[in-house]
Amino acid sequence: MTTAVSSELSTELQGFRRVQRLAYECAEAVAARLEPGVTEREAARMQREWLRERGVRDWFHLPFAWFGDRTAFVDFRIPLQFFPTDRALEPGMPFILDMAPVYEGYTADIGYSGSLGVNPVQDRLMADLEAHRELILREVRERRPLREIYEDVDRLMVRQGYANRHRAYPFGVIAHKVDRVKQRRWSPHLFGFGTQSLKGLAADALHGHREGWSPLWSPYRFSDHPPQPGLWAVEPHLGFRGTGAKFEEILVLTDSRDPEQSAFWLDDDLPHVRRWAEEK
Amino acid sequence: MTTPSMLKGARERWVRTGGVELCVAELGDPEQPTVVLVHGYPDSKEVWSEVAARLADRCGFHVVLYDVRGHGRSTAPQPLRGGFTLAKLTDDFLAVVDTVSPNHPVHVVGHDWGSVQSWEFVTVGRTEGRIASFTSMSGPSLDHFGHWINARMKRPTPRRVGQLLGQGAKSWYVYLLHTPALPELAWRGPLGKRWPKILQRVEKVPGDGYPTASLPSDAAHGAWLYRDNVRARLRRPRPDAYAHAPVQLITPQGDAFLSERLYDDLDQWVPRLTRRTLPAKHWIPRTRPDQLAAWIEEFVTAVEGGRPEPAATGRHAERFGGQLVLVTGAGSGIGRATAFAFAEAGARVVAVDRDAEAATRTAELSRLIGAPEAWAETADVSDEQAMEKLAEKVHRAYGVLDVLVNNAGIGLSGSFFTTTTDDWRKVLDVNLWGVIHGCRLFGARMAERGQGGHIVNIASAAAYQPSRALPAYSTSKAAVLMLSECLRAELASQDIGVTAICPGLVNTNITSTARFTGVDETEERRRQKHSARLYSLRNYPPEKVAGAILDAVTHNRAVVPVTPEARGAHLLSRFMPGVLRGIARVNPKL
Repeated sequence: MTTAVSSELSTELQGFRRVQRLAYECAEAVAARLEPGVTEREAARMQREWLRERGVRDWFHLPFAWFGDRTAFVDFRIPLQFFPTDRALEPGMPFILDMAPVYEGYTADIGYSGSLGVNPVQDRLMADLEAHRELILREVRERRPLREIYEDVDRLMVRQGYANRHRAYPFGVIAHKVDRVKQRRWSPHLFGFGTQSLKGLAADALHGHREGWSPLWSPYRFSDHPPQPGLWAVEPHLGFRGTGAKFEEILVLTDSRDPEQSAFWLDDDLPHVRRWAEEK
Repeated sequence: MTTPSMLKGARERWVRTGGVELCVAELGDPEQPTVVLVHGYPDSKEVWSEVAARLADRCGFHVVLYDVRGHGRSTAPQPLRGGFTLAKLTDDFLAVVDTVSPNHPVHVVGHDWGSVQSWEFVTVGRTEGRIASFTSMSGPSLDHFGHWINARMKRPTPRRVGQLLGQGAKSWYVYLLHTPALPELAWRGPLGKRWPKILQRVEKVPGDGYPTASLPSDAAHGAWLYRDNVRARLRRPRPDAYAHAPVQLITPQGDAFLSERLYDDLDQWVPRLTRRTLPAKHWIPRTRPDQLAAWIEEFVTAVEGGRPEPAATGRHAERFGGQLVLVTGAGSGIGRATAFAFAEAGARVVAVDRDAEAATRTAELSRLIGAPEAWAETADVSDEQAMEKLAEKVHRAYGVLDVLVNNAGIGLSGSFFTTTTDDWRKVLDVNLWGVIHGCRLFGARMAERGQGGHIVNIASAAAYQPSRALPAYSTSKAAVLMLSECLRAELASQDIGVTAICPGLVNTNITSTARFTGVDETEERRRQKHSARLYSLRNYPPEKVAGAILDAVTHNRAVVPVTPEARGAHLLSRFMPGVLRGIARVNPKL
């Protein structure tokens, strides 16, 4: 029985891992093709086309690209400002690629930070993100309420000297649930978000509302509950004086009693994790 | 050969050119990069004595000064009329440069008319390759000036007319100098005698033996600088006056003779331009030698090293570039944001905090975003001895401060009757005594140096908004506000500005470290958490306060409330204090 459950779980996870890897490959491929003069719109289109060629038909959300001080969401007031603009890349500029493809019914949501040439500030931000990845996993394993974990991440950011930029996301989320979605022949999207995924999120929200949890991990009261089993796309986003950096990847939460099994990162072989390992 | 008393250790030589003999003085190692200092009107080369000594001794340059023809100990051309044209001055310059640095291009520094003629040097073809860089102070190119006037005459918008009239009024002495014989009479008579006193009183130039005895004849001869050049050039400015070397423009904001607006269009003439401003009057070589030497050194070193000229990107970079700034409580909140804002403007930052790790972090990140140097120091501002040690170390290792920000502070809330004497002592020790120690130890050296500076004290909106919940905190901050005002009055004569900043509710960790009196520990922790949440809902970022601090220093403001609620309360405290007293009675639910 247990083996059956765990093997089913692992095939599930294999599917998510596959699409997450695919998305990170896309990010690295597109990042390698970025050059001075490329605009955010073009970068977003490059991501979309790369993934479409490899069989992605639906999206949790369409690819985003942010360049320069838009990586730190400077002066963002309305959500429309998240969408790619005609801002052109210049040497030394930081950039973030953020995409959430659905592949064979599995969803990924990833964020990739880099810069065109050298950007010491962003390098530093990326290096400091490692502590956040560790903190989040540790506190989730301790079954601390999500809202408190959010506040601890906030405090760590402030201690490091940075501003919390995930607060700018809709509902100020540091993470949100992702799930499998049904493959349909027609998959429209609404304001950049796939309708299938939105439907899933809405169903979760309804469920959670009845049971006292939320699929959105926010600083607000509705996140004042222990971690909920499922797959969470976690995206801490640091900002420092017009430069931003983030990673985004899936954290697997289960109801296992064993802390190691109760929460783990879906995949440890990702660009930012490799980078931290190399620096050591 | 006698060595002039104001230029200690100078080697003197005479250069013969175009019928005059120029008196040239040299300091420092001739193998090092050569910096040529050109003086203005009515001056002689000794106007540079302080700057020259610093450039030669501290920066290790080969420093060359010469008396412009007809000034100091150089001879005057015969006849005077037509003997002072820019072409002839360029001949003189080339003759000097060929003598003192025949193989390497030189770095020119000009003040006033020295700058006017240096603009000619750096924009004419025959000096190309002989000039490595040019630092200009208070002297525009006459050609650029001519084009500036033309542009404003041709399209006279109200603003441009205002600029024209403004500069026109500042140029009153130029008109006077064009009258025949009168200026000579005045300078050789009463004006020449009174001039040193006038400079000391109006321009606040230190009375240290300058101007030299040659002043009356310098000033009389120098009138021909104006008569030979100004009308001709302003009427027909050269259309090709482009600089062929990088230029550093230093603009004193309080210059009585030249408007800052003159340099608005300069970018079109100078492909590589670095701008600097400083709050001072016209005679900066006398009043601000430290700052000038530092900026010249930075610029010359950058050009010599083939690096791009210093160009910090942050706001007010032209004002704070290379200045030494110390911030207390720089480990978090407003202090840290302020350190970062100064770092972005290219200042050298000393980050002081009692938390060594946090201070180190601030210093590290400061270097990353533009501070040429940044250091972390650990000290508790309430500890007198620690502060004395800190001041001693800072002055010895980094120099005298240009800007001091007394930011460190703690919060304390609770009824007057539950506030123990220990609580009082603690809050006054940090919030008031910390500021007193800072002002005393660092301000004294600033005043002693006599080259200006600025002190910023972080008070609070609670300094004028009474509240039953914050008796001790408000008292300490009100004291800081009044201290700042008094100090401002005292230091005004030394060109040191003092500003009190009243931020208001700003999202920092002051709430989570604040002490709440009269409640047990769990309740205190709950209140800390609750107030932290309130402040984070308000979410006014400390970066905006830091921006206000830089603005306040730039404009030398006395009291600056920052958040809208702080500004509102400030207005009410002046016009409707009764309303504030009403608000003070409300007991906030925490």
